[in-house]
Amino acid sequence: MKDLTLETLIAVFEEIFGTALFWTMVAVAVIITLAFIFVLIRDRSLEARYLARAELSAPIGAIAAILFVQYMTNSGFSDIGGPVDLIVLMLTGIAGAGGLIFLAYVVQALLGRDEEESY
Amino acid sequence: MTDPLHLGASRRAFLGLAAGGLALAGGSAPARAEKVKTQARIVILGAGAAGTAMANRLVDRLDGAKITIIDGRKQHLYQPGFTLIASGLKPADYSVSSTGEWLPRGVDWIDEAAAEIDPEAKKIVTAGGKTVAYDYLILAAGLTLDWGAIEGFSLDMVGTNGIGAVYAGPEYAARTWGAMDRFTDEGDVALFTRPATEMKCAGAPLKYTFLTDDYARRKGSRGRVRIDYAAHGGSLFSVPIVNEKVRMLFDDRGVNVTYNRVMKAIDPAKKIATFSSPEGDVEMEYDFTNVIPPMVAPEVIRNSPLPWQSGKWVNEGWAEVDPQTLRHARYPEVFAVGDIAGVPKGKTAASVKWQVPVAEDHLVADIAGKMSPAIYNGYTSCPLITRVGRAMLVEFDYKNNLTPSFPGMIAPLEELWISWLMKEVALKATYNAMLRGKA
Repeated sequence: MKDLTLETLIAVFEEIFGTALFWTMVAVAVIITLAFIFVLIRDRSLEARYLARAELSAPIGAIAAILFVQYMTNSGFSDIGGPVDLIVLMLTGIAGAGGLIFLAYVVQALLGRDEEESY
Repeated sequence: MTDPLHLGASRRAFLGLAAGGLALAGGSAPARAEKVKTQARIVILGAGAAGTAMANRLVDRLDGAKITIIDGRKQHLYQPGFTLIASGLKPADYSVSSTGEWLPRGVDWIDEAAAEIDPEAKKIVTAGGKTVAYDYLILAAGLTLDWGAIEGFSLDMVGTNGIGAVYAGPEYAARTWGAMDRFTDEGDVALFTRPATEMKCAGAPLKYTFLTDDYARRKGSRGRVRIDYAAHGGSLFSVPIVNEKVRMLFDDRGVNVTYNRVMKAIDPAKKIATFSSPEGDVEMEYDFTNVIPPMVAPEVIRNSPLPWQSGKWVNEGWAEVDPQTLRHARYPEVFAVGDIAGVPKGKTAASVKWQVPVAEDHLVADIAGKMSPAIYNGYTSCPLITRVGRAMLVEFDYKNNLTPSFPGMIAPLEELWISWLMKEVALKATYNAMLRGKA
């Protein structure tokens, strides 16, 4: 591989998911990130109780991400053939866990505030 | 895939895969300089992987050129998908799209086959009688599967009586899966082989042998299955270090290998294939087989002055080009890319990926009155599937050197899940990006 440019990567992702789905996903990721920044600024701190609850969802996110990738690729745990495969498996799990924690925190912070306001 | 959690997770997980997929298809994107102004007439013969990628790239590099692409086929086939179709993992339409959807605006597509090439007069005559003159010609005509060379075989047999033909196309690959699925339920003798000519994706016959073994094991029928592999020459793969690895894996999987046997005839009634060998004709029995015929240049090229005039490829008809620049040896305004190029390695989409930017750069340099330093080193790659879920990411060049894209990370001769993921997920995406001239 000579050059891996951002343009090339984007082109490949557009082909994997289709242009519309890919950019929708990018938009969703950006919206969740903005929402996270919003609640962070609004609350002026990370709310420990939201974070703790959100972290409980991590294993679910990790397992879901791994099973999803395996399902999509007709493969399973027995196909792990070397160290790099374990790394890919762990990164997949970490990505799933991180994604779900992120989302769970934002959802709680947004809804939780609404509940408090309504009291 | 409407759950945003899945989207987020999968998006990140695929990041590494996509990077890997680029390696499979090779990768090079020369910095886009200002477009070169020209009124040159450029004809691209063939709208497969190489021709389409070239058309898209030239449109980006040139301003004012008259680019014509000649190909009578309405369907575009993603050929790396055939093995997955023939393994029951993808439907037949996985490999099928239309020629037109990949071609850029500003290119004139003549949807007829070429009937005659006259490189002296610099013109092409189409099957419909149109004459197209050119200043530069890109040969991207692919190759022809010479089914007639296997006596007793015809394509309508595929899928019946244990006869498969993965190379014949997506529908035939699907029928081959039907035959392999039945065979691995029932058991008996599977026979695999490859032709003695140059061929596209020389790893594919090996992959299909591994996959048949894998399905028999998964179904618990491996004890009733014998797998024979008849190699066309003295080795299983042209790159010595890869050959040794495959030899060891075949040994491990219980595949019986015989050497120097080339299939010449098949008798579906008796389920016997006849091979030529140094000891004369040899008969081998089968209950399931994957017929792969000799491969030669398309007739229009063979009937032109463009093929090699001496050497080992005289009867196969590949275009006589410089292996490093892909420029024709006798007609400097002619280039060949993809399967039709008479170069020692390749005939894969990965080769196309690396050849097209080189030929493109020399052509554009010619037009601009400059010299191009671009060199093609024979790079090609083969995600050599060894079972459903694992593959070896084999990459090599003209010198039989291994050229791993991720040295120290993805071992080229290890059966790995990550290499399988690349084949399954990222390869088609990278291929499509390549067609658009973007990868």
